[in-house]
Amino acid sequence: MAADAAPVRARGLVKRYKEVVAVDHVDLTVRAGDVYGFLGPNGAGKTTTLRMALGLITPTEGNVELFGRDPMRHGARALEGVAGFVEAPRFYPYLSGHKNLQLLAALDGANARQRIDQVLDIVELLPRAGHRVGGYSHGMRQRLGIAAALLRAPRLMILDEPATGLDPAGMRDMRLLIRRLADEGMTVLLSSHQLPEVQELCDRVAIVDRGRLVYEGALADLRRQGGAGYRLRSTDDARALQIARAQPGVERASGGEVGIAFQADEHAVAQLSLALARAGVGILALTPELATLEDLFFRLTEDGHGDDARLQATAAAAAEQLVEAQ
Amino acid sequence: MSSVGVAPAGALAAPRFKRAATLTVYRWELRKLVSQKRTYLGLGLAIILPLIFVMVQSLRQHHDHGDNIFASQITQSGLATPVLMLLFLSVFMLPLIASLVAGDIVAAEDGNGTLKTILTRSVDRGQVFAAKALAAVTYATIAVFLSAAVATAAGVAAWGFNRVITYSGTVVSPSEGLLLVFAANACYLIPLIAVASIGVLLSTVTRNSAAAVVGAVGVTILLFIIAQIPGLEGIRPYLLTEQYEAWHGLLRTPTNWSPVSHSAWVCALYAAPALLAGYLVFLRRDVAGG
Ligand SMILES: Nc1ncnc2c1ncn2[C@@H]1O[C@H](COP(=O)(O)OP(=O)(O)OP(=O)(O)O)[C@@H](O)[C@H]1O
Ligand SMILES: [Mg+2]
Repeated sequence: MAADAAPVRARGLVKRYKEVVAVDHVDLTVRAGDVYGFLGPNGAGKTTTLRMALGLITPTEGNVELFGRDPMRHGARALEGVAGFVEAPRFYPYLSGHKNLQLLAALDGANARQRIDQVLDIVELLPRAGHRVGGYSHGMRQRLGIAAALLRAPRLMILDEPATGLDPAGMRDMRLLIRRLADEGMTVLLSSHQLPEVQELCDRVAIVDRGRLVYEGALADLRRQGGAGYRLRSTDDARALQIARAQPGVERASGGEVGIAFQADEHAVAQLSLALARAGVGILALTPELATLEDLFFRLTEDGHGDDARLQATAAAAAEQLVEAQ
Repeated sequence: MSSVGVAPAGALAAPRFKRAATLTVYRWELRKLVSQKRTYLGLGLAIILPLIFVMVQSLRQHHDHGDNIFASQITQSGLATPVLMLLFLSVFMLPLIASLVAGDIVAAEDGNGTLKTILTRSVDRGQVFAAKALAAVTYATIAVFLSAAVATAAGVAAWGFNRVITYSGTVVSPSEGLLLVFAANACYLIPLIAVASIGVLLSTVTRNSAAAVVGAVGVTILLFIIAQIPGLEGIRPYLLTEQYEAWHGLLRTPTNWSPVSHSAWVCALYAAPALLAGYLVFLRRDVAGG
C-alpha cells in the first residue's frame, strides 16, 4: 500500500442495472483527514457508489481504490483500515447485540474482541447488549452499526445516511460522534440527505445527480461559486421583483414571504438600487447572503429535470428533514 | 452516544491486517446454526422418527415386513432397528433434513441482509463460502449419526444388543453389527453430502431459502422419477438417488465394495460441480440487497 494513497479514489466508476445507469462515470477522491460529504437526491447513486467502494458489487466500468487497493482485486485486504455500512446496518436477529459483535470481531481477527464493550459503551448500547437484535429499535440497530464499524478501529469510515430514521437527539449524537472521530484524525465518507449535517461536518463534498457527479470539491468553494445572493425588502416587493427581473446582471430573482431574493454582482446591485429609486420603490433593507448548501444543492440537482412531481417530493422530503433537524 | 467518560474511539490502536482463519468463520457458522430454530426442526425429526418407529413396533403383535431380512429380525436384535431406519430415512427424510439447512445457509443471509455485514470484515468471500459449505455438510453428518444413534439406542433398549443376520445371511456378533451400522451410515453420508452441496448451490443462486430447500428436495424427487422412466435404465447407475442405497453392499460378507466406490465417484460428480459453481457465483455476485 502506497503510504500516500488516498483513502478513497474512484475513477470512471459506472454501474449499470440493465437500462438503468445507477452510477455514471463518477470520479472522486477522498483525502486523508477529510470529512467528505456525499450528497444527492433519492436514487442519485450514492448507495451504489458506496457499495462498489466496499467491494459489495462489481463496477460495470472503472474502479475504486481504498488506500490504493481495489476491493475487486484484493478482496478483504482492500478493506484494511476501512469500516462502515451501506443503507441500514444489518445483524443476525436471533443473536444478541454482543454476540453479533463477537462474531464480527472474530471475522476481523486481530484483537477486535477486546474492544467490544468499549464500542458498545461509545454508542450507549451496553445495557441492552445482551438482548437479541431482533428486538432492537431502528435507532439501536443504527448505533450497533456504528459500534460494529468502530470495532475495526478504522482509518476510513464509510457511512451511508447514518442518521436516517434517528430522532433529533439521536441525530445530534450521531453528528457529535462523527465530529469527534474526525477530530481524532479519522477520514469519514458520509452520504447524507441532511444538508445541515453536511454543512456542519463536512469540509469537502461531492454532489451526484442521476448517477453523474455534478460537483466535487471544497464546500467553501462551492458556496463561493454559488455567487453572492442578496435579499431585498422594499416598500413594494411585487414591483421590486418586476424591476429586478428586468435588470441586466440580476439573476434568479424570486419573491419570498418577505422581500425578494436574487443574485447579482456588485455592479448590477448598484444599478438595481438606482432603478428602484427611479421607480419610486423605497429600499427597506438590502443584505448580502452567502448561498446555503440547500440552494446550491437544489440548483445543481434540479437543472434539466423534467419530472416535476419527483422534484417536489424530493424538496418536500428535504424540507421535512430540515424541520426535523432543528 | 455520549462522548463523556469513554476512551476516544480513534485512540484504539489500529491492528495490523490479518485475515480471519477459515476455521474461525466455520466455527461461527456452526454457532449461527445452534442459535436458529430451523436447525432443531431437522434434528428433531432425526430423533423423533426412530423413537416413533421403535414405539410402534414394540406395541405391535405381528411383524410382517417379510421380504427384508432386517425387518424379519426386528424383535430379535436391536441392531436391526438402525438399519431399517436408515432404509426408511435415506430415501427422503434425511435428504430433506440436509436440504433444510443447506438451502438456507447462504439465502438466510440474503434475507437478513447480513451478507454485506460479514463481507465488509477481514474475510474473503471464498472463506465465507467454504465455511458455509462445510457447516452444511457438518449438519448433514450430525443428522445422520444422531438418528442412527437414537435408533440404535432405542432398538437395543427394546430388543437387546444381540447378534444380527446381514443381507448375505451371515450372522455377525453384536459389536461387529454395531460397526456395520456405523459404516453403513458413513457410506450413506456420501450421497447426502452431494445433496447438501446442491442445496448450498441453490441457496447461493436463488437467494431464497424456501426456493433452495424445495429445489434441493426437488432434485431427489426428479431423479427418482427419471429412474422410473422405461428406456432410461442405462443412466440409472449414475443417478444420485441410486447411490442412496450403496451402503447395502457393506452389510454382507464378503463386503461388496463396488457399489461403495461407484457411489463415491458418482457423488463426487454431483457435489464438486455444485460446490464449484456455488463458489464462483458467490465470489462474483453483487451483494445489492439489505
Ligand atoms: N440492485 C439494483 N437493481 C436495479 N437497480 C438498482 C439496484 N440498486 C440500485 N438501483 C438503481 O440505481 C439507482 C441509484 O440507486 P441508489 O440506491 O444508489 O441511490 P441513492 O443515491 O442511494 O438513493 P437514496 O438517497 O434513496 O438512498 C436507482 O435508480 C436505483 O433504482
Ligand atoms: Mg441510498
